[in-house]
Amino acid sequence: MYAYDEIDRTLVNERVSEFRDQVKRRLSGELTEDEFKMLRLQNGVYLQLHAYMFRVAIPYGTLASNQLRQLAHVARKYDRGYGHFTTRQNIQFNWIKLSDLPDALADLAEVGIHAMQTSGNNMRNVTSDQWAGVAPGEIEDPRIWSELIRQHTTLHPEFSFLPRKFKIAITASDHDRAAIKVHDIGLRLIKNEKGETGFEVLVGGGLGRTPFIGKTIKHFVHGRDLLSYIEAILRVYNQYGRRDNIYKARIKILVHELGIEKFSREVEEEWQQIRHSSLQIDDEVIEDIRSRFIYPSYEKLPHMPDELRQAAADPDFEAWRKNSVAAHKNPGYAIVTISLKPIGAPPGDATAEQMDALADLADKYSFGEIRVGHEQNLALPHVAKRDLPALWKALDKLGLATPNVNLITDIIACPGLDYCSLANARSIPIAQELTRRFANHELANLIGRLHINISGCINACGHHHVGHIGILGVEKNGEEVYQITIGGRADESAALGNLIGPGVKFHEVADVIEDIVEAYLALRERPDELFVDTVKRLGVEPFKERVYATR
Amino acid sequence: MTSPLQQKLKINGSSVVTANRTWDGIVVYRTAAKGWSADLAEAAIVRTPDEAKALLAEAVADDVGAIGPYIAPVQVDDTGKILPGNLREQIRRDGVTIDLPV
Ligand code: HEM
Ligand code: SF4
Repeated sequence: MYAYDEIDRTLVNERVSEFRDQVKRRLSGELTEDEFKMLRLQNGVYLQLHAYMFRVAIPYGTLASNQLRQLAHVARKYDRGYGHFTTRQNIQFNWIKLSDLPDALADLAEVGIHAMQTSGNNMRNVTSDQWAGVAPGEIEDPRIWSELIRQHTTLHPEFSFLPRKFKIAITASDHDRAAIKVHDIGLRLIKNEKGETGFEVLVGGGLGRTPFIGKTIKHFVHGRDLLSYIEAILRVYNQYGRRDNIYKARIKILVHELGIEKFSREVEEEWQQIRHSSLQIDDEVIEDIRSRFIYPSYEKLPHMPDELRQAAADPDFEAWRKNSVAAHKNPGYAIVTISLKPIGAPPGDATAEQMDALADLADKYSFGEIRVGHEQNLALPHVAKRDLPALWKALDKLGLATPNVNLITDIIACPGLDYCSLANARSIPIAQELTRRFANHELANLIGRLHINISGCINACGHHHVGHIGILGVEKNGEEVYQITIGGRADESAALGNLIGPGVKFHEVADVIEDIVEAYLALRERPDELFVDTVKRLGVEPFKERVYATR
Repeated sequence: MTSPLQQKLKINGSSVVTANRTWDGIVVYRTAAKGWSADLAEAAIVRTPDEAKALLAEAVADDVGAIGPYIAPVQVDDTGKILPGNLREQIRRDGVTIDLPV
């Protein structure tokens, strides 16, 4: 948990009253939509098909229970009683009225939540591992550095008018849960031989129309130089970045066009000039931020308590535990992932009642803290192992204990044509149908880890390029058609998937995915060879044959 | 359904002008009475590019009423009933094709 200081609070409150005034002037006609559009985007307000959409930042995915309750309140009072957790550690409300937005923002500001940097061509909300601070083997809490970058770049003029939006992600674990290779800048926290903290810096990753996996630009940047190095990257980007063509304005295109060698030389030159400036970070600054992160006072608890031993006799509990419970750096505790992917439901949605109940469970079992991950699930980061059985029962009552985390029904999907004005095709009904096809838990378990990602257009909000199976909706002669890729992944071995062949129609998608999965089950060498590894070993061909032989 | 905001003005058959109402964002259609209605049945129908352009120009001028106006295809059946011309417009008229969580 992070305690905001006075400066942040004042800033957030000022933004709310500023926006209240802007909305008033918009509704009276004093501001035209052209003038207002940028102002609303700066406050997270988009227009979708049926209504305005309001995107709220959850910095590094860390939420306090009172904040989650306030999100529930906003969902209930100004929206239709639910919210949608996204792949960028945001929550979105889909039905909000412009005239209610200032009040909604004010209510959120009461608990230190805001919508700054969730849209527009600026530095976006810095994302991080949702298990930051609790993952075993983590080198250091990456959120301290996310926060440093956030403070430095929030509303900084140089970062508010970039050629395009800009996204940074940080991880400090071997297993990359923050997808750093598909961000504009990816940072991997590491230690050098002297034991000093620094970062491997990757640049130029991104999905969308032209997907790229980020490349390492520097193997070690000392922690104290992090801001100057990022600034150097941004200066080179600002200098060359194409503002004339939004499709070419992202840093990934620039890195691709200049080449990583030339790009890194330019950055290096720029960096040498500013490295020893005021951008150098004092240890005190880091310590000050560190001191604002409040860590729970853990008890010394048994690694294998009786409660857990007894509950293991219940196969339903075991099925849930195996998928949803992960090791914690403190052996008496566990990290519990809360699946927002019930069979047949839209991925990532949570009702106001669920949010309230979850806030209560967080108070009771997780030191009042909740995490939001990029897989559109939530987590309770500090659950004593002895409490797992009781927590499971409570979650099950709320419909929040679907035992499918990381399995084929744990699907990431963007809003698609049901909500989004940019969409070519629907995403959510495809996800829903797939969860029904693979609803059988034994089958899903037999298949093992398999990530399906669905986007309703080339903007790739559903990260389809890096799904083990990626589904992209396109439009052909007025009909929804879906292109299917396999072999993508978003982790430390990030890769883009390969197309298996011509697009298929809406009603065929689930059949095709079933064919692909059957082919995998027949082709894998061992039960623990993951789908992506089988695809890597054999290539696309055998899957393609299977899918198109009869079509 | 390439977003109509990215399309050129080309109309074949009957069309309407649609937008989102400024204060609450709901889907509205331009009426013959120079207003906006949430009911597609009340939309003004245009059949030629010139008519469409004129209706769109009038809608664009009413920036306080509704935002992002564009020309959308419709079908008018034998009884004169106006139907959405594609899936996107059908979803805009009828709402999401899925059950909401609440
Ligand atoms: C109606 C709502 C939405 C609109 C209008 C929208 C629009 C866009 C656009 C235009 C882009 C492309 C950016 C580019 O060209 O680089 C984009 C990217 C992205 N969106 Fe959305 N989006 C919406 C909802 C969502 C939701 C619900 C999520 C999460 C589930 C999401 C996650 C993302 C992500 C992660 C990217 C970045 C892909 C990349 O790495 O380039 N968006 N969005
Ligand atoms: S991928 Fe396309 S359809 Fe899906 S939310 Fe993003 S912009 Fe909308």
